[in-house]
Amino acid sequence: MPSSFFNQGFQRKRPSTHKLPPGQYETHDFPVLSAGPTPRIALDKWTLTLEGLVEEPKKWSWQEFNALPQQDFNPDIHCVTQWSKFDTKWRGVSLDTLLEQVRLKPDARYVMASSYGGYTTNLPLADVREGKAFIGLIYDGQPLTPEHGGPARLVVPHLYFWKSAKWITSLRFMADDEPGFWERAGYSMYGDPWKAQRYADDDE
Amino acid sequence: MSKLDWQLATVTAIRSETARVKTFTLSLPHWTPHLPGQHYTLRLTAPDGYQAERSYSVASPPEQTGEIELTVEAVEEGEVSGYLFEGVGVGDQLEVRGPIGGYFVWRSATGARPLLLVAGGSGVVPLMAVLRHRQRAGLHNPTVLLFSIRTPEDVIYQQELETLTATDPTFTLLLDYTRQAPTGWTGYHRRIDKALLAEVVGRFEASPVCYVCGPTGLVESAATALQDLGLPAEDIKTERFGPTGG
Ligand SMILES: Cc1cc2nc3c(=O)[nH]c(=O)nc-3n(C[C@H](O)[C@H](O)[C@H](O)COP(=O)(O)OP(=O)(O)OC[C@H]3O[C@@H](n4cnc5c(N)ncnc54)[C@H](O)[C@@H]3O)c2cc1C
Repeated sequence: MPSSFFNQGFQRKRPSTHKLPPGQYETHDFPVLSAGPTPRIALDKWTLTLEGLVEEPKKWSWQEFNALPQQDFNPDIHCVTQWSKFDTKWRGVSLDTLLEQVRLKPDARYVMASSYGGYTTNLPLADVREGKAFIGLIYDGQPLTPEHGGPARLVVPHLYFWKSAKWITSLRFMADDEPGFWERAGYSMYGDPWKAQRYADDDE
Repeated sequence: MSKLDWQLATVTAIRSETARVKTFTLSLPHWTPHLPGQHYTLRLTAPDGYQAERSYSVASPPEQTGEIELTVEAVEEGEVSGYLFEGVGVGDQLEVRGPIGGYFVWRSATGARPLLLVAGGSGVVPLMAVLRHRQRAGLHNPTVLLFSIRTPEDVIYQQELETLTATDPTFTLLLDYTRQAPTGWTGYHRRIDKALLAEVVGRFEASPVCYVCGPTGLVESAATALQDLGLPAEDIKTERFGPTGG
């Protein structure tokens, strides 16, 4: 592609005060993107499980999960469909808090997040540790609504938002990487917005 | 060349569909057949290097080789749609990559199943690719398009949809005017709700596969209602064009 190509007369319409990853634009509303209908999940049936390469799997009920220490986090989020939203306001449980409650086997390197409704997405283990990932429960002061992934979703803000699985129900630790739902459909295995890793072909 | 490399397409025709909707025919140097429902990403580059990317569904069927048609609605203050409407003419070049998307697609090999297509506004675009492909492939699975628009002036592809209705007894067009209906209109004249969808689903003898596309609010409520009506979640495919509909 000739790098000199440009569209005559085209210019940015709304300057953003934030630094945007390549190809992104700033939005102030909160677009909804999911592959199918929004699942409605009864809280008395809700569970979150850590499984796979752990010494002993761990399962929380909604009540048990909400008793875990929570924290506020205010990430910028970037969706592969080109919107970015800055300074979002969340409250939830850090994955570090969850990982304190299990012993991972030494060969655990990747995580597969699975959701109610069958959605899955894969992440390197290193990308969900050390303050990089949360289970979001509260958004903008309110319980997270179903269309945004409520009652609980994964939030991994440094990767494209499809990695932040809505309606999360389990994290499975794995030795080798495996593609999830969109990754099998040709999306990037990693999804770094700053490298514009949208599709498998964008990965180095 | 990979289908996801950027390529420079040439605009070979521009057609007005409604006052706020235009179809751009793009001739592609590297055309790959798409599945109905897939989209392309279009990238605009300003002289200062600023780039904007947006997704646009393919409106044309895969039988239309060498080119794709994109149907774009002018969004108020829209950065990309605004430029396409005001700045682009026949002979101009546009950067695109695709086809993209493996979920909201219709594989005609499974074409025996009845289809319920639910569209809001420009959400009809990928569903039109389904209808056009179905017609070209000579398929006659029972198919209903429930098309929600605000006013009679907003019906995209009106002529073609009416012709299809007149020539294909297995196809039904159900227009739903949410604001202003034509005089004497006896059809739907309200936002798509559960009761309305129950009636539409009731027209099918066998449970249909549903494709729901349009603004987020419409897709959310229609997909939820279809699920409440007992259709399995895996038979309800959705594509949300944004923005948050309330
Ligand atoms: C998979 C996919 C396929 C799509 N296919 C089509 C298609 O076939 N035809 C088509 O016209 N559009 C389609 N869209 C929407 C399209 O990508 C753009 O969002 C739309 O053209 C607006 O971009 P813009 O740059 O003109 O507006 P922006 O500058 O991004 O937005 C301007 C204002 O309009 C609002 N806005 C943004 N998008 C929309 C919208 N879709 N409707 C109403 N208001 C909006 C924004 O919130 C903002 O306030 C598709 C979107 C997706 C995700």
